[in-house]
Amino acid sequence: MLTFTIRRLILAVPTLLFISLVIFLLLELAPGDPMAQVPLTVPAEVKEKMRLALGLGEPMHIRFWKWLVQFFWIEPQVLIDNIFGTSLAEGQLRVISWQTRSPVMDIVVQRIPQTLWVVGTAYVVAILIALPIGIYSAYRQYSWFDQMGTFVSMVGFSVPPFFSGVLVIVIFSVQLGWFPSIYDTTHVVDSWDAFVYQLKQMIMPVMVLALQITAQLSRFMRASMLDNLNQDYVRTARAKGLSEYVVVMVHVLRNSMIPVVTVIALGIPSIFGGAIITEQVFKVNGIGQLLIGAIQANDLPMVQTLTFIFAVLIVLFNLIADVLYGILDPRIRYD
Amino acid sequence: MTDKERFVPDEGMAPASTAVPAAGQMEELHQPPRSQWLDVWDQFKSHRGALMGGALFLLIILAVYAGPLVWDLEATKIDIRARNQGPSWAHPFGTDQLGRDMLARMMAGGATSVSVGLTAMLLALFLGSFIGVMAGFFKKLDGPLMRLTDLFLALPLLPLLLVMMLLFREPLNAAFGPEQGIFILIVISIGVTSWMPTARIVRGDVLALKEREFVMAARSIGTTNQKLITRHILPNVLSPIMVSATLGIATAIITESSLSFLGLGFPPDFPTWGRLLFDATDYLQQYPERVFWPGMAISLTVLSVNYLGDGLRDALDPRIRGR
Repeated sequence: MLTFTIRRLILAVPTLLFISLVIFLLLELAPGDPMAQVPLTVPAEVKEKMRLALGLGEPMHIRFWKWLVQFFWIEPQVLIDNIFGTSLAEGQLRVISWQTRSPVMDIVVQRIPQTLWVVGTAYVVAILIALPIGIYSAYRQYSWFDQMGTFVSMVGFSVPPFFSGVLVIVIFSVQLGWFPSIYDTTHVVDSWDAFVYQLKQMIMPVMVLALQITAQLSRFMRASMLDNLNQDYVRTARAKGLSEYVVVMVHVLRNSMIPVVTVIALGIPSIFGGAIITEQVFKVNGIGQLLIGAIQANDLPMVQTLTFIFAVLIVLFNLIADVLYGILDPRIRYD
Repeated sequence: MTDKERFVPDEGMAPASTAVPAAGQMEELHQPPRSQWLDVWDQFKSHRGALMGGALFLLIILAVYAGPLVWDLEATKIDIRARNQGPSWAHPFGTDQLGRDMLARMMAGGATSVSVGLTAMLLALFLGSFIGVMAGFFKKLDGPLMRLTDLFLALPLLPLLLVMMLLFREPLNAAFGPEQGIFILIVISIGVTSWMPTARIVRGDVLALKEREFVMAARSIGTTNQKLITRHILPNVLSPIMVSATLGIATAIITESSLSFLGLGFPPDFPTWGRLLFDATDYLQQYPERVFWPGMAISLTVLSVNYLGDGLRDALDPRIRGR
């Protein structure tokens, strides 16, 4: 198991390097000019100097190398500085956003809490709803509950978030006026009323995201339970005289959770990156919105860094899912 | 065609008694020989959701492609006097802020969205099947191609799609004109970012098929690799490919609408369902029904395709079929 993990970790390094190169080359082809926003009255030679100041004058491979050094060597040092109060990275050039002229990672750190709050809550809510639905649907296969569950998850698959989001805004904030349609990220929770307001503004985005995730997870849970319910060990457990609750909730559930846990782990990167559209609909200024803004403003270092962070998360959680699978299921041998 | 396809995969598993059926014996059997596709159809018919999904999908295709022949108002005709009208006989879905007929726009938008969905699905399917068959059939290619697949799976797709939209819009617009250019761009970018699941499934099936006796038999009589793939392997991996196809249409339509919704898809005067929805969100408070129609169209199309795929999966799985 350990050798497998180490081998995969080592394999992940070239993969990530290659991905960062792909992203870099793709951005390199960008026709957009970071100087496009500068007024026309600025003379051409000054613009050229500004371009050089952004580091655009050097050849492609040097800029890629610089980005790699900044991201993998200098940024971790900054992190250590912030945690332990040391000054390792003092005076070193960090990845600078062209939009705001401030370090990209600082902005990312500012934006992460909003995304984590909304999308993370949605993920937890979805898991809490999906697992019981999946278990009961499988236990009573083809009952009306199961049919309903199938239909609801089909709808959850099929209704895109930009429609369900707008739809709940129409119903709950335009027609009924219950919840605010825009998520206010400057809101500070310091009293009971403020907490209630926070809850109110979170309900709609969480609902929209949770519907999607629930749809997928409950299908998985159901399929996995169905695979196990007809196994011999279940019959043995029943024949031993164990109560139905113990048979289903202990024997079957523990075995069925194995694939579901890995699916949950695989979905975690989407907490950070996948909610781009939902954030856009509810005007949550999280990571997704940051990316869209950066793309529209031609802020290449920001786009490069954000996309690469998403890639790192995907690779990392793929690895975690594989390792989890091996730990939870003793039949799986990777060696 | 169908008989041949049926005969080949069953060769290895046929019981000894029926190995050499004479023509006379065949007629004495109770049931007439059935083709595989007739069995599939029988199983498919029993899945009510799939039947309804299929019918609905056909209906939607008919409406968006043949609808403009019946309802011949132009989608881009601006009639500023008749702007923001509610539903009436002249405009069943009302008109938008420039007085354009919403029904005509819905049909034009649907034609684009569905075309994008179908073409992107075909491209992804072609890429996925090609890479899957190559990786499964040729051992040397297996490692590199599967690493490539893993690499693509590790790419954050939506951000990359957005970046691609930004980068290649201008050159393609210049080369093919704004509408053709963006169509090609969207189809290609959706196609090259969604072939991976198909490739994985097809590779798995090809790996299993390669060891079967009928492939060995075909090889022993000197069938070339190319013929082996086209005549023996491909017909047998058709069912996973068909299931991926239906799911591919659904993802392609949703991706296209998401791009349009984020303002990085088709240009504003060129309606698609995602674009219509995006434009309508500005008038959300006054005219919520304008959001409803395109959103409903997208959701219904995807829902019908998903149900269709669900039924196909059941119908094409020989373990479920006939039970």
